[in-house]
Amino acid sequence: MSAILSVRDLEKTFGSVVAARDISLDVPAQQTVGIIGANGAGKTTFVNMITGHLSPSKGSILFEGNDITGLPSRTITRLGISRSFQVAQVFPSLTVTENMWAAAAIARGRDSIIARALTPLDTPEAKTEADAAMELFQITRYRDARAVTLPQGVRKLLDIAMAVAGSPRVLLLDEPTSGISIEEKFGLMDVVMSALKTRRITVLFVEHDMEIVGRFADRVLAFYDGTVIADERPETVLANPRVQTFISGTKPAGEGAVHA
Amino acid sequence: MASRGTLIGAAAFAILAAGAPLLPQWLVSLSTIAFANALVVLGLVILWRTGLVPFGQALFYAIGAYAVALLGRYTPVRDVFVVVIAGAVCAGIVAYLVGFLLARYREIFFAMLSLAMSMILYGVLVKTETLGSTDGFHVEAGSFFGWRPQGAMRNLALFWLVLGCCAVAAVLVARYFRSVAGALAIPVRDNEIRVEFLGISVDRLIHLKLVISGILAGMGGALAALAVQHVDPQMAYWTTSGGFVFVTILAGAGSVAAAFVGSLAFELVRSIAVDLLPGAWQLILGSALLLTILFLPEGLGSLYARLRRRKEETAP
Repeated sequence: MSAILSVRDLEKTFGSVVAARDISLDVPAQQTVGIIGANGAGKTTFVNMITGHLSPSKGSILFEGNDITGLPSRTITRLGISRSFQVAQVFPSLTVTENMWAAAAIARGRDSIIARALTPLDTPEAKTEADAAMELFQITRYRDARAVTLPQGVRKLLDIAMAVAGSPRVLLLDEPTSGISIEEKFGLMDVVMSALKTRRITVLFVEHDMEIVGRFADRVLAFYDGTVIADERPETVLANPRVQTFISGTKPAGEGAVHA
Repeated sequence: MASRGTLIGAAAFAILAAGAPLLPQWLVSLSTIAFANALVVLGLVILWRTGLVPFGQALFYAIGAYAVALLGRYTPVRDVFVVVIAGAVCAGIVAYLVGFLLARYREIFFAMLSLAMSMILYGVLVKTETLGSTDGFHVEAGSFFGWRPQGAMRNLALFWLVLGCCAVAAVLVARYFRSVAGALAIPVRDNEIRVEFLGISVDRLIHLKLVISGILAGMGGALAALAVQHVDPQMAYWTTSGGFVFVTILAGAGSVAAAFVGSLAFELVRSIAVDLLPGAWQLILGSALLLTILFLPEGLGSLYARLRRRKEETAP
């Protein structure tokens, strides 16, 4: 299967701090990739570089064979890579429906700002698309609620639904279950993953909960100290002694120590 | 089909235009200035919806006004329609140019940078002899497609011109507010990151808003210059910008109509206050603003929305 996303020798430094280094990998279309790692391991830096929020210091990123390294985030979004955030990024003073209209309207239009000034926001197409997305992510019953009043889980779903409005081919989810109670986590991921499967979207998701990773990922990237220390199927990665020592914490540090 | 708001607005403009000959002269002149300034306020409303408050909108107001004055002084162009469009275009071009810098700033930095730019123009006007220096200079009366009305008729004709400009601006701005670029004002104010990651440039959205508000301010300045028949550097001074911000707070950013109602209310209150308390009229104006902020924090425009809501609640 050909890669939809390829990364070669990616590196990001902030002064003398190396946040990411020597990252090379290929992601085939429609694969679901879990990204694990302790805080500060480089997961979000990796996501930020792919989505244009940060420019890599070195290396290249290819999307569908085209070099997108260092492009602005909005250009990368328009090319087909979208993302959600660890802290849900929605428009708090608007209702859920208005949030979805805004997302659908932005996604549908051309890049020209003048053209945007001449196109109405609430076109029938944008409304239909917004309704379908709310249905798919099961947030229709909150449609008239202002985003600021939403429970955390619904706000996360709205954030992801908005990210999907542009029909991306690749979606990066940064900790989709952070701030969600243990009881709700699996339900939320079931809704998200089944919606994304319906749309045939390639997914990379950052996650701390190893059960979630084991259940939803086809493949897992384990980050440690800015680089990928394991890249295999979930059961293999989660059984890796280095992963157990430095990331999942299932093996006490020092026991069968493996140097990173 | 036209919306209820459009129909009410069209009826209000038609009644004002038809009733103007019956109004006293002072009220026609006051309304002319009020509506010319309302165009500047309308531009401020566009920016304010995005969370931006420029303290230097007088920059574009003065450019519009001086463009009219200079055309009258150095060229044979006298037609009011041509000079008003010229004033608006000149201000729009300057807004486009300064927008490359201004659109990158937010909050107080945006406000102060716009203030700085208007004060640079003020400094240039004060120091330039050919632009009339501190005294400014006279503005030619102008003609309406060759017709040169005098006295009360000229005042009426100017009032109709201002009303016409306001009607066109109101329709276009209302349409802009319903467009993707216009309706994204609140999303931009709420969360710029999400807007960028949905695939649109926030800086470019703001740049467009700056150009539209610059064109409106330039048009307002051009019309004010024709009405007063004089321009001077005070038109670019920071207190002039402050006055526009004052009216914007009074009007609120809720609707297009609020800019016109707010501007007319401001000029009326100021006129009455000067009449009642010539030495302390600012006291009345300040109190009016204080009461507005306390009891109508979303401005006079919210009054209509409140009345409508109450009517809906009491409906059987």
